Amino acid sequence: MTDTLTLREDTHELLRFATAGSVDDGKSTLIGRLLFDSKALFDDQWDAVEAVSAGRGDEYTDLALLTDGLRSEREQGITIDVAYRYFSTPERKFIIADTPGHIQYTRNMVTGASTADLALILVDARKGLVEQSRRHAFLCSLLRVPHMVLCVNKMDLVDYDEAVYKKIENEFSAFATKLEVPDLTVIPVSALKGDNVVNRSENMPWFQGPSLLHHLEKVHIASDRNLVDVRFPVQHVIRPHSGDHHDYRGYAGQVASGVMKPGDEVTVLPSGFTSRIASIETADGPIEEAFPPLSVTVRLEDELDVSRGDMLCRPGNQPRVSQDIEAMVCWMDEARPLRVRGKYAVKHTTADVRAIVKDVQYQLDINTLHRDETATELRLNEIGRVTLRTTKPLLCDDYRRNRATGGFIIIDEADNRTVGAGIIV
Amino acid sequence: MSDYRISHLAALEAEAIFIFREVAATCQRPVLLFSGGKDSIVMLHLAQKAFAPAPVPFPVMHVDTGQNFAEVIDYRDRRVAEAGVQLIVASVQDAIDRGMVTEPPDGTRNRIQTPVLLEAAEKYQFDALFGGARRDEEKARAKERVFSFRDDFGQWDPKNQRPELWNLYNGRVHPGEQIRVFPLSNWTELDVWRYIGAEDIPLPEVYFSAEREVVDRGGMLYAVNEFIKVREGEEIFTEKVRYRTVGDANLTAGVRSSATTIDEIIAEVEVSRITERGATRGDDRTSEAAMEDRKREGYF
Repeated sequence: MTDTLTLREDTHELLRFATAGSVDDGKSTLIGRLLFDSKALFDDQWDAVEAVSAGRGDEYTDLALLTDGLRSEREQGITIDVAYRYFSTPERKFIIADTPGHIQYTRNMVTGASTADLALILVDARKGLVEQSRRHAFLCSLLRVPHMVLCVNKMDLVDYDEAVYKKIENEFSAFATKLEVPDLTVIPVSALKGDNVVNRSENMPWFQGPSLLHHLEKVHIASDRNLVDVRFPVQHVIRPHSGDHHDYRGYAGQVASGVMKPGDEVTVLPSGFTSRIASIETADGPIEEAFPPLSVTVRLEDELDVSRGDMLCRPGNQPRVSQDIEAMVCWMDEARPLRVRGKYAVKHTTADVRAIVKDVQYQLDINTLHRDETATELRLNEIGRVTLRTTKPLLCDDYRRNRATGGFIIIDEADNRTVGAGIIV
Repeated sequence: MSDYRISHLAALEAEAIFIFREVAATCQRPVLLFSGGKDSIVMLHLAQKAFAPAPVPFPVMHVDTGQNFAEVIDYRDRRVAEAGVQLIVASVQDAIDRGMVTEPPDGTRNRIQTPVLLEAAEKYQFDALFGGARRDEEKARAKERVFSFRDDFGQWDPKNQRPELWNLYNGRVHPGEQIRVFPLSNWTELDVWRYIGAEDIPLPEVYFSAEREVVDRGGMLYAVNEFIKVREGEEIFTEKVRYRTVGDANLTAGVRSSATTIDEIIAEVEVSRITERGATRGDDRTSEAAMEDRKREGYF
């Protein structure tokens, strides 16, 4: 027997955050510091890094080496792709999507931010806000990351000067008000020295806020989810075809948003038929409430024709059902740009459709937020507003209201690569 | 439950179940790689939960090096029968006998598993292969997608991966190509152990500590068995050891431990200072980039 907590008793929460910043901002060092100081690092990992660092003649053991994954990256001293890191404290488990700042930044930032509860942006205290900081903040707001933390790093190199910090804080706050940033926290740190990363710094008594780790542990994320609009994209139909479960028909899926209960009246889209939830089941037995991000199986009181790609919602609160889609699209393909009249496959919730690009309304310069309305295509790492016509209606919401039913990916039908990401507006 | 919060393990479970269902709904011929190791045991458990009360709608496959711990093979057969799934065994010994692969002089069969795996995938036309790899295991894995595209040679191209946004996984492939799917991507070693504890999942005995006859080889303790021949100058001694990972019996070292229950193992893992691969796998010690190279060749 075990006295381990069951999944339902345990209260250790999960927080996903994305980090952005360039090599020079000390992002890798900061992550290395979080892993090291929270004891998520193992001795053999540390030994390997120490050996490489000593071999190169580094003054300090280079914590950045901990996060450089592939050999080509180590050779070139760069980060190629989003890397995922894990650590946990008694409070929470953390998943870091570590996105490189210098190349492919838009593609990687958008990818990392798409699932993040929180975005961590770094600036160098000596340099203040740079173009890249604004770009990162914009992308995080576009992707509706609910919480943002600006770390003013390298405070040790400006003598822990409050005035330097204040100037950057004010400038960034002013900029952030132009974006949609629901929650912003600014923290002065030195990743290299460890100030305000895990423990509060004695070098900056003027700073009254929490250390970075303390903030990550305490920031309130439970109400970030949409618990209002019931959206249940049907993923898979479970029909055992066995004696015991001869007439069993269950609709498996992950709750995208809202709270479902047995007895609730639901509408099945796109058919529009209405029924009631007979039961909500899991392998551990029926449950009384289903909410995001639980994976469950829903059974209905009536026998309806429901299949993958359909959606359950409440009769009085339905998503949009439309073949004409307006979206901000981030293009991720090096080989070919997105073009007007281009045809693509689109994956949205559990639905696969085809789409034609009707119009590129403008391309957005993410540094100046200037709209170029003469644009007719989107190239790699460009973002623009696009009109699509789909072969079948999408059951969708505005992304700002619902991240799960407002995002889609664009797939090149010839080679099956994911070439774009869309945010429904 | 009233505030609609769930634990991180419940969130990881929900994510893994979503991934299993997504593959079953969109891929033609999925297969679950099942070795009887703890990660694959957790995978089979999750797959059963994903489709309950229906059976798991795909077979499991073991790429069998022939150098296994006997009790792990017993466990494998018992567990597969219990789950009512079809077991496919792709035998490395058979491939050696046919001349398809050549056994390296040192007798390690880890690397020659890859052609055997690829041959079996082609034979059965599998287009989606579930693996138990986790991103916390190793640096190259940290950059791999949940749905990892492999070309018709089974190769992974780290610089040309499909972007993965939200929970919108792209499992589209042409005939001959595959997707490797890693439902445990976001789990750590500790998560796996805690989940095994929370779900009361039985494990093969090798995971629990017992007095075993071992030899010390470069600081690693290898249990003496039919695959570990005692070399000259080596001394056999008895030590309480358990296995943190279970690979080939000739490559996997035990760790000193007194843990005989899941809770005791969790307590040890919580304070462990060495990664599980670093502690126990002779195969990854070869070079810093060992895993990256093997993955490019089509290894899991």
